[in-house]
Amino acid sequence: MIETPSLFSADGLVGLIFLFMIVVTFCGGLLAATADRLVRALSGLVICFTGVAGIYYFLNSPFMAMMQILIYVGAVCVTISFAIMLASPEQKQRRGTGSVLAGPIGFAVGALIFAGMSGLALTTNWQQFDKINEGSVKQIGHELLTTYSMVFELISLVLLIAIIGAVVIARGGRNQ
Amino acid sequence: MQLLVIHQYLGTYLVFGAMLFGLGIYGLLARRTLIGMLIAAELLLAGVSINFMAFNRFLTPDPTVGQIFALFIMAVAAAEAAIGLSIVVAVYRRYRSVDSEDMVNLNG
Repeated sequence: MIETPSLFSADGLVGLIFLFMIVVTFCGGLLAATADRLVRALSGLVICFTGVAGIYYFLNSPFMAMMQILIYVGAVCVTISFAIMLASPEQKQRRGTGSVLAGPIGFAVGALIFAGMSGLALTTNWQQFDKINEGSVKQIGHELLTTYSMVFELISLVLLIAIIGAVVIARGGRNQ
Repeated sequence: MQLLVIHQYLGTYLVFGAMLFGLGIYGLLARRTLIGMLIAAELLLAGVSINFMAFNRFLTPDPTVGQIFALFIMAVAAAEAAIGLSIVVAVYRRYRSVDSEDMVNLNG
């Protein structure tokens, strides 16, 4: 058991910031999953990703926190907002036969998955090992260019093909 | 004030990742528009990344592996968003709608 620090010490402040990040991420996620308008859902997604970046900071990885902000908030969310502006006039809600059941069933499935996975996470006896390095940015770069160099090349190829494919798909049928 | 030290336990992060994953599943099933489903899929990926980073911080001997894996998840998510959104734009041009129930050309 780890001793609890007092609320006004540095450690207590760190704990408070972590709780704040958790709440921010959860509220953002809730907004992203349930908001009626897509623009609000997208704002929720931005808030959620910023909170996740804070959580990465607590996981000893400021590099991943920066990448999270840069890639998700800076690139993916902006792309989604462009798609919303291009393709989605706010249309009125239509209720079909499928959509009445989709909410409760989706909620049940999501809650079951959450309960199962968190139950597993809390009851499993995880084994800890000694660290062989500290996972700094320098070591990440070294690993990327030696052990994982093949995957690194492949992911850049995947990104290139995705960009070309996106342009081709979005251009097709332009004269309709 | 046991709450102030929960960031030093693995279980916190795993439960939180599972929660984001559950939210994403709910959004994916309950949303009607394609863009909403894509947003929910991004939530799923965020939950999975938190899981990887938590295991990386607490359990693995080599703490670069989880970070590299999460970095690749980000790259795949970016590719998925680019392709998915271009498909959304193409579908909107064809059907004048992004509602998933309007795409009925392959209905039996």
